[in-house]
Amino acid sequence: MGKSIIDKVWDKHIVHQEEGKPDLLYIDLHLVHEVTSPQAFSGLRMKNRKVRRPENTFATMDHNIPTVNRTVIDDEVAKNQMTTLEKNCIEFGVPLAGIDSPDQGIVHVIGPELGLTQPGKTIVCGDSHTSTHGAFGAIAFGIGTSEVEHVLATQTLWQSKPKTMKLDFKGKLSEGVSAKDVILYVIAKHGIGFGTGHIIEYCGEAIRGMSMDERMTICNMSIEGGARAGLVSPDETTFAYLKGRKYAPKNFDQAVEAWKELASDEDAVYDAVIEIDATDIEPMVSWGTNPSMTAKVSDSIPTLADCATETDKRALESALQYMGLKEGQRIEDIQIQHVFIGSCTNSRIEDLRAAAEVAKGKKVHPSVRALVVPGSQQIKIQAEQEGLDKIFINAGFEWRDSGCSMCLSMNNDVVPAGEHCASTSNRNFEGRQGAGARTHLVSPAMAANAALYGKFVDVRKSEILN
Amino acid sequence: MSGFKTHTGKAVALDRVNVDTDQIIPKQFLKRIEKTGFGQFVFYGWRYLEDGQLNPDFELNQPENQGASILVANDNFGCGSSREHAPWALQDFGFKVVIAPSFADIFFQNCLKNGMLPIRLEQEKVEYLLKAAKNQPYELTINLEEETVSDNQGFSASFTVSPYWKKMLINGWDEIEITLQLDEAISKYEQENVPVK
Repeated sequence: MGKSIIDKVWDKHIVHQEEGKPDLLYIDLHLVHEVTSPQAFSGLRMKNRKVRRPENTFATMDHNIPTVNRTVIDDEVAKNQMTTLEKNCIEFGVPLAGIDSPDQGIVHVIGPELGLTQPGKTIVCGDSHTSTHGAFGAIAFGIGTSEVEHVLATQTLWQSKPKTMKLDFKGKLSEGVSAKDVILYVIAKHGIGFGTGHIIEYCGEAIRGMSMDERMTICNMSIEGGARAGLVSPDETTFAYLKGRKYAPKNFDQAVEAWKELASDEDAVYDAVIEIDATDIEPMVSWGTNPSMTAKVSDSIPTLADCATETDKRALESALQYMGLKEGQRIEDIQIQHVFIGSCTNSRIEDLRAAAEVAKGKKVHPSVRALVVPGSQQIKIQAEQEGLDKIFINAGFEWRDSGCSMCLSMNNDVVPAGEHCASTSNRNFEGRQGAGARTHLVSPAMAANAALYGKFVDVRKSEILN
Repeated sequence: MSGFKTHTGKAVALDRVNVDTDQIIPKQFLKRIEKTGFGQFVFYGWRYLEDGQLNPDFELNQPENQGASILVANDNFGCGSSREHAPWALQDFGFKVVIAPSFADIFFQNCLKNGMLPIRLEQEKVEYLLKAAKNQPYELTINLEEETVSDNQGFSASFTVSPYWKKMLINGWDEIEITLQLDEAISKYEQENVPVK
């Protein structure tokens, strides 16, 4: 019986196994940020413990960081959290891409960009979107602060092995359909709990044809389907991306030889298999208060009569009330006032290129405020070298420094109550982008298009693709 | 951490599905660098009205639910962000146990690590509890050793908890201390698995 990549990577990392206990799993890479780490470092200090492997640990600040005038932080509590991270990194010897570093960026953007993220690794971070790194064939998952402390102290975690799930995409994607649409489609169809207790492997022609940036978008939102992690078996696309990166192995060919062994065997067995018809996917827009409340752009919001249970009905009513929308309303009739292009889901160079292609030579609708926040300072520089910043600025978008920004609005980038935002981020929960803010999750191209029209327009209908 | 054997307390019903950690503790309260003091902000968006007054309609604010230490919720409780601030806030508010038909994985782990017991019960058992605790004071007893949830009116349900976590919780053990006893095994693993540089 063949093994899946999930089995291969997991089994290779077991340090200790004992009847009646979870596995003690070795962690190869621990990414750290300012929000979920201070209490973990305090815990170490209280017990006089050290960081076991500072060289396997890497920190940055992203959640609180301003995206304009980044050195001027007016929120004292946020500032304290960032200074605390700096102090902790010095005291415990942890490398840090701080506020002034050219390597700074969203933790899930810089890990891959710096070549820290590699196939076959176990990767954790105190952030649920750690699943992003699975795009490289790593087992990568989010952990809580107690677990952050545990990994700092021991470089291991007690983990019961999740079940395995294969998400098998059949057929090709239509033109104008992006990775974001693919993952939103999956969650809309199967719900926000379908992956609970599982690690997902994304398979099939549609995934093989994707770039690393696209695979990261898919894996990033695994958690929005409830899965602990999501991954893609590595291939030539993976190796080509990593070659020459700052922390990629210097003996690269030797590393690639080992990575080639990781891909799932042809006859690998999974606890669950779901087939997805890739040809059915079109640009998607979320209309509700969790990512499964999503429809095709050509479609409408469900009606109360569509609800199967009383609980579903109540959830729909509550979502519509929060969003200020009506049952059965057409997606194309939703007016938007804000656009956010950024976040660990969609802030990489290809995302910015896709949005710029739509915005080129056009103007942002007068009633819309639109923000572009690159995922890292490196991406920002690359985009500027390609002239993307000029395209955005000329069209009326704001061009910012890197950070998590309006994905969770811990800094000053906030959507006001009652207003609608077309956002390339990952969560449309109540209050996520600001108290009373109404989030619609979309792809970068759809977000850019929404900025131009002040509402959702199918990018495939726009002249850009003709 | 002190051990957890049995707990008797008031249960409050929060009959909503997919309660995410952004609702349990909104992002504007994540900037503290301590583990304490989050209880005042728990369910902030639901607990308070726009003018800062307590929302009288929210379940936790109703007079009969004051002092509740057991939260009964519906499917997929704790989904979304990995923020451990969510269990810290619930615990700081006074909760010792959360009961639901299902939980999100990270939240479930985060509860255990803090000595707060997450209990999965069958949907119909949870429905019974949600009804029993609605609009009236309702007391439950949780016995971790026996793995049971019961009231004093004849309701009793059993749940399962992994043997590992049962032992950890009952004894209030520090997980890091236990792992550090395996230091030799970790070092051996590191020597045998040197990555390609």
